[in-house]
Amino acid sequence: MTNSVRRHTLKALAAASAVAFGSSFSSLAVAQGAPIKVGVLHSLSGTMAISETVLKDVALMAIDEINAKGGVLGRKLEPVVVDPASNWPLFAEKARQLISADKVAVTFGCWTSVSRKSVLPVFEELNGLLFYPVQYEGEELSKNVFYTGAAPNQQAIPAVEYLMSKDGGSAKRFVLLGTDYVYPRTTNKILRSFLKSKGIADADIMEEYTPFGHSDYQTIIAKIKKFSSEGKKTAVISTINGDSNVPFYKELGNQGLKAKDVPVVAFSVGEEELRGVDTKPLVGHLAAWNYFMSLKNPANDEFTKKWAAYAKAKNLPGHKDKPLTNDPMEATYIGIYMWKQAVEKAKSTDTDKVIAAMAGQTFKAPSGFTAKMDERNHHLHKPVFIGEIKADGQFNIVWKTPGPVRANPWSPFIPGNDKKKDVPDGKTKI
Amino acid sequence: MRLPDVFTGAIRCFCATLFTLTFVTSPQLSKALTPEAAKAIAVGENDDRLAALAKAIAAPSDGLVRLIDALLDDAVKVAEGRVYIVRDGKAIDAATGAETTLPPNAEDVVNNNRVRGELDTARAAFSLLSEDRNTRAKAITELKDEANEAKLPIIDRAIAKESDAELKSRLQQLRAAMLVASSDKAKRLEAVAALASSGEPSVKSLLQERLQPTGESDPEVRAALANAIKAIDAKLVRGERLGVIFSGASLGSILLLVALGLAITYGLMGVINMAHGELMMIGAYTTYVVQNLFRQHLPSGFDYYILAAIPVAFTVSALVGAVLERTVIRWLYGRPLETLLATWGISLVLIQSVRTLFGAQNVPVENPAFLSGGVAIMSNLTLPYNRIAIIFFAFFVLLLVYLLINKTRLGLFVRGVTQNRSMASCMGVNTARIDTYAFALGAGIAGLAGCALSQVGNVGPDLGQSYIVDSFLVVVLGGVGQLAGTVYAALGLGVLNKLLEGWTGAVLAKIAVLAFIVVFIQRRPQGIFALKGRSAD
Repeated sequence: MTNSVRRHTLKALAAASAVAFGSSFSSLAVAQGAPIKVGVLHSLSGTMAISETVLKDVALMAIDEINAKGGVLGRKLEPVVVDPASNWPLFAEKARQLISADKVAVTFGCWTSVSRKSVLPVFEELNGLLFYPVQYEGEELSKNVFYTGAAPNQQAIPAVEYLMSKDGGSAKRFVLLGTDYVYPRTTNKILRSFLKSKGIADADIMEEYTPFGHSDYQTIIAKIKKFSSEGKKTAVISTINGDSNVPFYKELGNQGLKAKDVPVVAFSVGEEELRGVDTKPLVGHLAAWNYFMSLKNPANDEFTKKWAAYAKAKNLPGHKDKPLTNDPMEATYIGIYMWKQAVEKAKSTDTDKVIAAMAGQTFKAPSGFTAKMDERNHHLHKPVFIGEIKADGQFNIVWKTPGPVRANPWSPFIPGNDKKKDVPDGKTKI
Repeated sequence: MRLPDVFTGAIRCFCATLFTLTFVTSPQLSKALTPEAAKAIAVGENDDRLAALAKAIAAPSDGLVRLIDALLDDAVKVAEGRVYIVRDGKAIDAATGAETTLPPNAEDVVNNNRVRGELDTARAAFSLLSEDRNTRAKAITELKDEANEAKLPIIDRAIAKESDAELKSRLQQLRAAMLVASSDKAKRLEAVAALASSGEPSVKSLLQERLQPTGESDPEVRAALANAIKAIDAKLVRGERLGVIFSGASLGSILLLVALGLAITYGLMGVINMAHGELMMIGAYTTYVVQNLFRQHLPSGFDYYILAAIPVAFTVSALVGAVLERTVIRWLYGRPLETLLATWGISLVLIQSVRTLFGAQNVPVENPAFLSGGVAIMSNLTLPYNRIAIIFFAFFVLLLVYLLINKTRLGLFVRGVTQNRSMASCMGVNTARIDTYAFALGAGIAGLAGCALSQVGNVGPDLGQSYIVDSFLVVVLGGVGQLAGTVYAALGLGVLNKLLEGWTGAVLAKIAVLAFIVVFIQRRPQGIFALKGRSAD
């Protein structure tokens, strides 16, 4: 009895100290020259595996590169890869495991906003550090997260502006189509209020949602056809996520909905998602990103070459024969290098010190521009590109911003956001 | 980037006829395209390029036709103000047509939707004067969404030349669409009257746009517009309804395919096979492997891989099913709970083995060319070939199963064993072997379903998981032990689901269908059709 009580107390003590000294633990390890553990938290199975698997691979590639050049602060990086299996509660569990049990200094992970929302309390509670590499809906700012993907004003808003321009087809009616979760719903809320500010009536906007993994898009396409016949030029804004995109685009092509008539602009479809799709009927449909594989500049040539070599060496299925890069891969890559630079600047992997050192970090990104971490809001300054799908599954870049755009996580198109601070709460100034 | 050979061949042949025909019919074509004009069309701001294109069309030349075709095929490059057309690694000067060498710093010309749309229209306008009826018909289809008054002279010329009555009436419609915004009221009325007989969604949106406050102001024309829209709507609504029925039938046929195998293993044999979905997944992966083999060893016959994949998928799944039956399921007959647990475990093993073999990611299965695209039944109804094929395939499989169960010796034994095992055994039937055959048959049909699913959805390790619930629902709803019940339940659920989806959206429809089934099973636990006779226990 007493024995077990003592054991319990000991356990509790150990747990408490692990939590309490979580951050100091890593700095303690510096002296020993042990490897720095880095968490990789991406779904390697389930509906999101189509998008997230390559992010794991590109993270490992960047870690390999850094290790080959001597690591960080003279210590090697040691990746800890876990598979949360497109299961949102499991994301939180795995995140807790990474921080508490594996003692990782930083985690690169998540794709869907619902997974990010699921891990967020864990990272805040345990004072971990997460790099989130995917475009998202904004409306969030945590001191424990760096957002290397696009905020709405770096992707969604410019894309819709393009659709309304003469070159984009002067669209007057919009179908907002998405998977049923937080990112599409919030983005569409922002877009609806943006469209209203541009004088588009509610009757000219149709909103549709499908569950995750939905695979029968006949009804949706029929609805889009009907909607587009009821008035002026119609465009579709798709926030469909995961492998549902394959049946969606297959159905779109088979039913003969041409980009010339009803262009579809997608925010979560890139080179990787189109891999399994016959893109010939899809020529001209659009995607908005901060990076495309088809960009021509020395930094991108190097990035794609490195990826091709890595995919071949590691025998990655699919990529070894047809290596593809995409925007979230670029964002992951930027994130890892910026974290490395910040650790070197802070001379420590301590979460708070690294957060402070991240402000203003720059990196020559494969997009051809220098990405900069904002001094205040934990988001990158990134350029915006709009591409049209080509017959070979790559994108023709038809529009771009003159330079990097500062992120605006609190969209002005959501009421009440003007009062929100552009800097995360609880950020300690060092 | 490379189009399939058939396609480029067709285009080339189409262009060749276009060249000769337009050349013969319009003498002014001999005027060559100047390098300056070619450059103006290929580079610069889109507005300027389109203006240059419009100017060039006024004086067409064969060089222009060639340049437009090349632009549409993404085969144009520019270097130092000179425009090149690059095909099959050979470069020619766009203006003169002479072969040259491509400078190394040549850049691709990028066309966006707007430019491509104008190029398409320009090409169609040329083809309107072609002597080939099909080329003209295609051109009219191409032009139907691009109605504006600027193209009126071309259309007028084409109408004057057109001899085919049907094409002529379509051209008249096109002309009407262009005149609907004319400044002459009589012309507008005439145009609206002509358009009322159309069944095109694009015409409807055109008329609707005229009805906006900024459009038509004359009350008489407005009334005519409203009437015309009503007339078109009546035509369109037919297409919409047919569309819902078709998509319901398509979903129903898929449900039928996935449930048919289960109707045998669960319905006839009483095995609660939770690994049924994974047997489908194996069928889908077999299709993927066959596709890859064809791509590697028989690229010329790639399109026919699906025909080879059907028997192979059946065989592989049937073999896996036979092994499962021999090793696991046979020891568990009459113990439904243990069967449920064991087969669920097997399903996990199968998923994980596929994950290890092929990776956790979905694998790409391409539609063969004859299954991509669709047939336009009405102006607003296009039926995709792959879905039509699956409907026929489902009923073909159903027919085979029906014949097998009811007309063959094996079927007789299966029925005998399921109805009264000990009696069948007394009559000299090897019941153990029949069990294996029946289970393998059910598994093989699941493989066929997987092969069909690979043509419409994703192929991944989790493929079976998303269909297992549906297939049990269909079998239970139809009545256990009844093939006819399975058919009715599958088609009924398919159509019901699509009707609700059109109403409430995909998320709510799914919930509503599940709620309906729960209520239905409570009211009528035996399903639509109850098994009659002594054996129903």
